[in-house]
Amino acid sequence: MQQLIYFFRKYRYFLFFLLLEILALALIINNLSFHKSKFVSSANNITGGFYNKANSISDYFQLNNENKELTEENLSLKNKIHQLEQIIDTISETKVLDTTKYNQQYSYINGKIINNNYSEKSNFILINLGLKDSISKEMAVINSKGIIGITEDISNNYSRVQSILNKKSNINASLKNGSHFGSLTWNGKDYNIVQLLDLPRQAIIKTGDTIITGGKSTIFPEGIPIGHVLNIEEGGTSVTRIVNIKLFNDMSNLKNIYVIRDFDKKEIRNLESQKNE
Amino acid sequence: MNRLVVFLWLILILFLQVFVLNNIHFLGYVNPHLYIVFVFIFPLNKNRFLFLTLAFLYGLSIDFFSDTGGIHAFSLLFISYLRLLFIKMFFKKNDLDYLLFNLHKEPFGQVFNYVVTLTFIHHFILISLANFSFNNMGGVLLNTLYSSIFTLILYFLGSYIFRKKQVN
Repeated sequence: MQQLIYFFRKYRYFLFFLLLEILALALIINNLSFHKSKFVSSANNITGGFYNKANSISDYFQLNNENKELTEENLSLKNKIHQLEQIIDTISETKVLDTTKYNQQYSYINGKIINNNYSEKSNFILINLGLKDSISKEMAVINSKGIIGITEDISNNYSRVQSILNKKSNINASLKNGSHFGSLTWNGKDYNIVQLLDLPRQAIIKTGDTIITGGKSTIFPEGIPIGHVLNIEEGGTSVTRIVNIKLFNDMSNLKNIYVIRDFDKKEIRNLESQKNE
Repeated sequence: MNRLVVFLWLILILFLQVFVLNNIHFLGYVNPHLYIVFVFIFPLNKNRFLFLTLAFLYGLSIDFFSDTGGIHAFSLLFISYLRLLFIKMFFKKNDLDYLLFNLHKEPFGQVFNYVVTLTFIHHFILISLANFSFNNMGGVLLNTLYSSIFTLILYFLGSYIFRKKQVN
């Protein structure tokens, strides 16, 4: 017994140090997995509040660019409206009224990025939307140019988004001209270039092709732009073929975002879980 | 420096790190980690429980801001524990000298060795943990080298400037 007390007294600092290190290591490992609830996250009121304050100052320096992007988006939306109006006009007589057809599947919530990381291996983005804006886990985050990430950790006023520039990120993506799909990952090197893996061998792909989200997941709706093919690293089989994709977004310069809420998510998830049983 | 001044400095450096230095991205990925001056300016004491606890919490607060889990807490705590070992090694001090120990009063060569060693150890652990795999070890070493040099330049410039002011 005395030996034991002596041992603890002699190594008390080392044991205390070891305890804290193990605690830190547990936090690191907890942070690496997507589904666990996070303890160390900037989506709390203190850090979120500080970032919000800092952001409200730096906002003014980017107003010009933001304005330009918004008018561009407006332009493309207006063009789409006119196209759709024309289609509706021509087929209005054959249309059947069916309330289920008018039910909206997606709704968009607009928000702002208040902290953006892109130089680490696992990057996270902090946005100024939270539980009060009815944000929940695993919602898609996009902007006018393309995809940005998936919401992951939500507090009352802020949420943390797992950026597509994250080693854990894995998003279903497909070719715009064709229905072959693969999974979109990031190798942690260049923040403007992501990798498309597992594309079937039959898929014909060439430099400059546009890549969009595939709609095979319940998170991203189909057809959101991602980027264009920069080059293809052939490896013989489909498993080793790597397609480098240049993102339409400049991930180091993001501001306004939309979070997409999918009303049918529960229904689809239910069906999928039945299939698995 | 008395305790209040040290405390204010640490708060200032925390915000400097989080809002300015974390956004530098020199060459796309090199950031200085100046917050390790915590280890250099915290007064020496025979009882180390307070120091180790504060080192952990200080690292953790950086982690909270930069969404990195606990890697800053881990690496800052690591060099905090090693600090005494290196002080004994480089400055040949014993327990009685702790109260009057001040980095500004030591010869520059020894201070340089001490600071450089701790900085490199810290940055290597930090960047390895951020990488969290054995792939890309070359990138980790290169990043360690660049960020350490960046941090050291900032630290020595800062300590030089503020030492001059104290003399006047």
